[in-house]
Amino acid sequence: MVFLRAAAARLGQLAPAITSRAIGTSATNNLVAFHEPVSRPQQNIKCTLIPGDGVGPELAECVKAVFSAISVPVEFEEVFLSEIHHTISAPLETAMESVRKNGICLKGTLETPLSMSSGELQTWNMRIRKDLDLFANVVHIKSLQGIKSKHNNLDFFVIREQTEGEYSALEHESVKGVIECLKIVTERKSRRIAKFAFDYATKHDRKKVTAVHKANIMKLGDGLFLRCCQEISQLYPSIKFEHMIVDNTCMQLVSNPHQFDVIVTGNLYGNIVDNLASGLVGGAGVVPGASYSSDCVVYEPGSRHTFGGGAGKNVANPTAMLLCAAKMLHHMNLHYYAIQIRDAVEKVIKSGKVRTRDLGGYASTTDFLGAVIAHLPH
Amino acid sequence: MNKFQRISAPISRALSRHMSQMRTVTLIPGDGIGPEISASVQKIFETAGVPIQWEVEDVTPVRGPNGRFGIPQRAIDSVNKNKIGLKGPLATPIGKGHRSLNLALRQEFNLYANVRPCRSIEGYETPYKDVDVVTIRENTEGEYSGIEHEIVPGVVQSIKLITEPASNKIARYAFEYAKANGRSQVTAVHKANIMRMSDGLFLQCCRDAAEANPDIKYNEMYLDTLCLNMVQDPAKFDVLVMPNLYGDILSDLCAGLIGGLGVTPSGNIGTDGAIFESVHGTAPDIAGQNKANPTALLLSAIMMLRYMNLNEFADRIERATFDTIKEGRHLTADLGGKGTCSDYTNEICSKVSA
Repeated sequence: MVFLRAAAARLGQLAPAITSRAIGTSATNNLVAFHEPVSRPQQNIKCTLIPGDGVGPELAECVKAVFSAISVPVEFEEVFLSEIHHTISAPLETAMESVRKNGICLKGTLETPLSMSSGELQTWNMRIRKDLDLFANVVHIKSLQGIKSKHNNLDFFVIREQTEGEYSALEHESVKGVIECLKIVTERKSRRIAKFAFDYATKHDRKKVTAVHKANIMKLGDGLFLRCCQEISQLYPSIKFEHMIVDNTCMQLVSNPHQFDVIVTGNLYGNIVDNLASGLVGGAGVVPGASYSSDCVVYEPGSRHTFGGGAGKNVANPTAMLLCAAKMLHHMNLHYYAIQIRDAVEKVIKSGKVRTRDLGGYASTTDFLGAVIAHLPH
Repeated sequence: MNKFQRISAPISRALSRHMSQMRTVTLIPGDGIGPEISASVQKIFETAGVPIQWEVEDVTPVRGPNGRFGIPQRAIDSVNKNKIGLKGPLATPIGKGHRSLNLALRQEFNLYANVRPCRSIEGYETPYKDVDVVTIRENTEGEYSGIEHEIVPGVVQSIKLITEPASNKIARYAFEYAKANGRSQVTAVHKANIMRMSDGLFLQCCRDAAEANPDIKYNEMYLDTLCLNMVQDPAKFDVLVMPNLYGDILSDLCAGLIGGLGVTPSGNIGTDGAIFESVHGTAPDIAGQNKANPTALLLSAIMMLRYMNLNEFADRIERATFDTIKEGRHLTADLGGKGTCSDYTNEICSKVSA
């Protein structure tokens, strides 16, 4: 009951937002956002598309097919980027230039080579985040009806700082056989992510923010992060603030995940919590995510796995990418298309007739895609 | 074939006959519910006729000659002499100025490996079935080196320290454990895609140990991928070996899968000694009320028996414990029953002596 009421309340909040945007263009009807818009944008909105490695290119094709099925006014600027196939990859700078120009990007996951022949410690994924300053990663953990999982009705956000912390790529061998790896935590970035989390919670009508840390051990580093979160929380008296140690968080996530609303955390912990929580609602194939800087946004799957073993086999689940695309359309104010795509995906999953392997079926990626397109209005 | 039947029966019997002279073990009952659950374990051991005598030690910090608080020398001497200890939960002392007692014990006895076997318990249902995972965590370095400083105001640098000797030691121990306990696979958990040098070194040490133990399967997995898979299908994992922080997180995660720290045993293995402990809190709210659940400490004590090669006793007590939980008549409140700590203890005792 509580969940239903919460969901209804959230819908209630959402509906006026959608209609008020659409009202300028058309009628007074409350359902206006669900009808085809009377006017389309004058020209297509440009967006960078980085398919990524592994099954990324196949999933990108799915998004394109769905977009063309309902003539979404978006034009992709596709950049093939790959750190492992670097001979056929576009230069990293080209991709980042494109994202900077368009301000919006749909991205698959880049595989990271394990060898470090060049001596470079930063991976491309890290460089993209750092150079574009994509400081906040948001993953929406939401149970989809029709997916069998151990916990139902989950609905929370994981917000992760992703430009510093353990991902600083500062390592050195002080003496032979002894390696020091630096984790950097700064006050400026901790405050920034804390503020982002509370703003996000406010905007999405959430009641509680939980800071996840390990300040009992890393008293200075994580202590600073925790203190910043505590300070920022004072500015948002209507949102409850809690904090939890990362190992306990993981235990709570598997035993009592419903207690979470918005989680804010550092880089490595965020990576762990994102993946663990994705596992709770069906895995890497169904959870969308987004990374924000102050002036651009990159939509990418919530738990970033390339699924290299499935590449070219037509077995991957395109749900996460399609949901990313739908979120991206919302961001572009193309709510009509976003809702169509989201609805179609949800219907296909709920009916349970076409299931890819990760969801226990034997359907191929194209089967799933076909079912989604069949659920779109024609 | 039971995975836990590590050594063939005749050898085990011979061993336990060989070991059957009384051995002394240091018992640190701890705070809160610690004394009750320790008494429960002592009673069950006595009923089973385990050839162990206890040397009970209090580790409440005392002021040392240098003016700082620390573990009493007597307790340190006792563990040093006996080489084996069993420890209940310790309250984290409020106030600053001395290191945590757990950390102190760890450093004092060079306990480099933390081992936590997590196995689904029949009769205590969780959404996760068929969990049978052992986490082996490096316990002396890594993120917990305690080296941190503020470089300029507002910028803190924490150092994660990975060394070749410590990594080698834990990697070798993981394979030894796998062999001794009839396990078939060791998985190294790492994040070498982002921490290429430090986790890279850890991985290299694991690979070296794997090469020396070709009969045990070996693979490597990213920490994030492992978390994702663990909550979806925990049954596909066996022994996991990893650096300190990852181990901390994963061992609690795995404990969560089987029902929490109240039913998860833990052992700390050192170069020439070992301390087995329950890792749950002191539960001061129910202390002294005969409501506590002694399972975690009891299972840790069973791990200790196996460490001492007293396998017969270990198997007998373990069977009695699991049967009692399965029957579900005398469970404590945290396991969903109405029984008291002594009901539960007595039931296990009656099964042990049966």
